[in-house]
Amino acid sequence: MDLSEAYLTLWSDLDGVFSMALVSLVGLIVVVVDAFRNDHPSLPWMGAAALLASIGWELSVLGDAPGTALFGAVRTGGFAAFVNLIILVSGLLTIVLSVPYLDQLKRAYGEVYALILFATAGMIMLGTANTLISVFVGLETMSICLYIMTGLVREDEGSIESALKYFLLGAFSTGFFLYGIALLYGATGTMVLPEMAAGLEASGSTLLFWGGVALLLIGFMFKVSAVPFHMWTPDVYQGAPTTLTGYMSTASKASAFASLILVLFYALPTERWSLVLAFIAVVTMVLGNVLALSQPNVKRMLAYSSVAHAGYVLVGLTAASPAGYAGALYYLLVYAVMNIGAFGVMAFLEWDGKEGREQTLDSLAGIGFRRPALGASMGFFMFSLTGLPPLAGFTGKWFVFAPAVNAGLTWLVFIAVLMSAVSAYYYLRVVYVFWMLSPEDVPEAAEAQNAAFPVPASSIAVIVACAVTLLVLFVLSGNVMGFAEGLFEEAASMASMP
Amino acid sequence: MEIALNWYLALSAVLFTIGVLGVLFKRNAIVVLMSVELMLNAVNLTLVAFSQSMGDVAGQMLVFFAIAVAAAEAAVGLAIVIAIFRSKVTVDINEINLFKY
Repeated sequence: MDLSEAYLTLWSDLDGVFSMALVSLVGLIVVVVDAFRNDHPSLPWMGAAALLASIGWELSVLGDAPGTALFGAVRTGGFAAFVNLIILVSGLLTIVLSVPYLDQLKRAYGEVYALILFATAGMIMLGTANTLISVFVGLETMSICLYIMTGLVREDEGSIESALKYFLLGAFSTGFFLYGIALLYGATGTMVLPEMAAGLEASGSTLLFWGGVALLLIGFMFKVSAVPFHMWTPDVYQGAPTTLTGYMSTASKASAFASLILVLFYALPTERWSLVLAFIAVVTMVLGNVLALSQPNVKRMLAYSSVAHAGYVLVGLTAASPAGYAGALYYLLVYAVMNIGAFGVMAFLEWDGKEGREQTLDSLAGIGFRRPALGASMGFFMFSLTGLPPLAGFTGKWFVFAPAVNAGLTWLVFIAVLMSAVSAYYYLRVVYVFWMLSPEDVPEAAEAQNAAFPVPASSIAVIVACAVTLLVLFVLSGNVMGFAEGLFEEAASMASMP
Repeated sequence: MEIALNWYLALSAVLFTIGVLGVLFKRNAIVVLMSVELMLNAVNLTLVAFSQSMGDVAGQMLVFFAIAVAAAEAAVGLAIVIAIFRSKVTVDINEINLFKY
């Protein structure tokens, strides 16, 4: 193929990778404009416009048949569009919430929005990857942006400490991840995910292959913060600027899980990994929920809860059926909405001037009466995270647990439901403190009483919209789930064809 | 003289292990960063060896990306280390212990 032909192919593939291209391009424009008009207030809105346009585009290609673009580097079609929507919506919500929050922190840097856009582009590549090269490049583009965002408040020792921990452990896991890719490549002779099974049969190096799979899974488990690779999660989530924590806990998890689903679905057709994932899911759920019980700080509690939620999603993956994968996708969508909302509420209830890492939950006693919109929305998010109807968290849990039961893993689902019951204690305690505890009864609340808690209307609108979305997703859960399941059945039937 | 693939793989596995041990046992953040770079470069050796022995370029493609990623990681990592040195006047990771449990 000569060069001009290659350019023509790239040009004709543009509609398959439109969001990735647009988001990266606008990210570059933001960097350049920021160099001349430092921290101009229009920069976040350029980013938001790019994300909004990409969301519109992805909605229009939601019904497309699965395919690949850029010489087989990324997947296109319904699955990719669904994953991209989760990522892009998280990015948009984060930008709108971050503008007033970072103003408040006096960190309204234009670069932050460029980093959010670049991280989003990396996540899109990771979540739609069709080769191990795209998995690696997407994962690293995302991670490096997240390291910088974590250490944004660089004079604060908490923020920079979480950045260092995130960076060192993240780079460490990257080494394992890359080694896994190298071994898989050696065992199968290809980087393309759907061709790996055939390549393995041709070469017969199964030991090399499973060694590679194990190392690759370590890398993935680190990124989705599954036990025993979760150590960084609480420290990073507690020290990072709160709205950005919401972003890294949802969008990065969604794209890493999407990528894991693609690897499991296309490259690892055998059932051998199912029990390994089931075991990881159990320890993740148990440890995440039990450690969350004793956290006085809400951000740290939400971090452990995010570990637990990674366990719930793994339950869906363990089922290894189209319904299980689709349930995991639906769960990630719901989780993105409720967790960005919950971190958004906490972002605007900060009074310690240290990104909320030192204030306790009890210091916010009775805050619901002072900031009713935030307090009521927090109630929605907490009930949804617990998994109570009529909120989308309930259907999300239903959709990841039911396929596991059908796959004969009743014991796993039993533990998962038990752990959800445990989680009710720490989630509902937030609602209790916000609405039922009087500030006079809590000595720690005295300082928070004097805090102003300025909340701009745009943030209230976003947070209330997240809460309402949880109701909408509950009502539409059958439709969304039916659509997601269709994606995998279509792909499975295509894969089985010669 | 042709050197067999296994020797390259063994060398790279040894280098990778040295890198892992360095990350686990060294307490200086910059030495940890160097150990991580050693891990990545050990993997690059594996990739090039496989790529050469199979006559396929995909592995060497990934090596270019891995080198670029390692450079970006070093830049961000050193920036973070400098920021932490400014506030704590140490890069010993045992002293960086604000968050526990």
